Amino acid sequence: MITKRIIPCLDVRDGRVVKGMNFSSLKDVSSPVLLADYYSRSGADELVFYDITASSDGRKLFTDILRETASKVFIPLTVGGGINTIDDFDRVLKCGADKVSVNSGAIKNPGLIKETALKYGSQCVVISADVKRVDGVFRVFAKGGRENTGMEAIDWIVRCVKNGAGEVVLNSIDTDGVKKGFDIEMLKAVSESVDVPVIASGGAGCIQDFITLFKTLPKVDAGLAASIFHYGDVKISDLKKEMKENGIPVREV
Amino acid sequence: MTAIIDYGVGNLFSLECSLSSIGEETVITNDLKMLDKADRLVLPGVGAFRDAREALRKSGLEEGILDLVEKGKPILGICLGMQLLFDKDYEDGVYEGLGLISGEVRAIGEVIPKELKIPHIGWNALSIKKNSRLFKYINDGDYVYFVHSYHAVKCEDDTTSVTDYGAPLTASVEKGNVFGCQFHPEKSGEVGLSILKAFVEI
Repeated sequence: MITKRIIPCLDVRDGRVVKGMNFSSLKDVSSPVLLADYYSRSGADELVFYDITASSDGRKLFTDILRETASKVFIPLTVGGGINTIDDFDRVLKCGADKVSVNSGAIKNPGLIKETALKYGSQCVVISADVKRVDGVFRVFAKGGRENTGMEAIDWIVRCVKNGAGEVVLNSIDTDGVKKGFDIEMLKAVSESVDVPVIASGGAGCIQDFITLFKTLPKVDAGLAASIFHYGDVKISDLKKEMKENGIPVREV
Repeated sequence: MTAIIDYGVGNLFSLECSLSSIGEETVITNDLKMLDKADRLVLPGVGAFRDAREALRKSGLEEGILDLVEKGKPILGICLGMQLLFDKDYEDGVYEGLGLISGEVRAIGEVIPKELKIPHIGWNALSIKKNSRLFKYINDGDYVYFVHSYHAVKCEDDTTSVTDYGAPLTASVEKGNVFGCQFHPEKSGEVGLSILKAFVEI
């Protein structure tokens, strides 16, 4: 049986891993290559590298560390951040990424998903959406969660999947960094609207949050988190052991 | 030395790195002389069958590869590369494969329950059906990483493992010196590297 995936996310700026609380107050954590290798050995099913660099120098550092990581870590790697054009896809795929996640780039250029899915295949294109409740409506935010696009989130995500996105990362801004659990309500709405894998992001604080996620929403395929893994609050091996004990299909390590 | 056949399809960086990491000298090449010189071949592939088939034909390597395999050189097809080894493929039409292994490639949607998602993406367990030289260092039930919407059928005689996705899907095949993995050994952690190690020792 296909297993539920556990995915540590590494936010990378100028070649170093950082993690923010509600997208601000970033703090340096560790070396991306070392962390990736550690996670791969401890049972991570996949890794996400998110490039939060603004400068072109930083971007070069990012592709260098991506390349180095991909040459040492043999599990699927997804790359996001600063992906606006087909050339950006090309740049990270050549450095060893298996999937590319687009967020603001797809909002700015609605043709990007269709174009890249045709060229590289849907399995390669991930739509990452930062979503927040505004007056009771799920809205898509751009620019790292700073700008309300006014678009209704479910509509947007369904449209992206129709255009060829093969996977959805749903990041709830409302629960991100709060560590009180995933946004079950928002994830339910999304997972019932699309038939491609959905990855839950934002809010995991402890092992039980993952158990609740997969028990409540069997349609969700993966759980993504950053700081709880980076700081050692949750060990992936312990998490997987508990998932297994709770009858959730998981790749044992 | 292992030659990864470069016919212009897909990204071969991870594959090359994974082989290097197990100490195997590896070249990515579209030069028939290099393929001839290599001890074994890897046929990669992503995307649509028709495009890959066309790219392979245009590369002018097809006859040469078939000739080398005929003479006994081991070949490992990975993912779409494995699907290319069969007689026929039914992805948006009917296409002739390389015919190195008897069987057809069909949409997994024809056999899996409707509620399951397509493609079959993620880690799934291998259920070993028959001993394979690729399984020297792995065990029944080990997990590997899949990304595919099509699978090989009517190839029971050469199927060495299957994986359960609401229905058994062919995960690997072996026939003489011809090997195929539907999953990605280069993305399957230690288990995947162990499979590659077993291949380069053949």
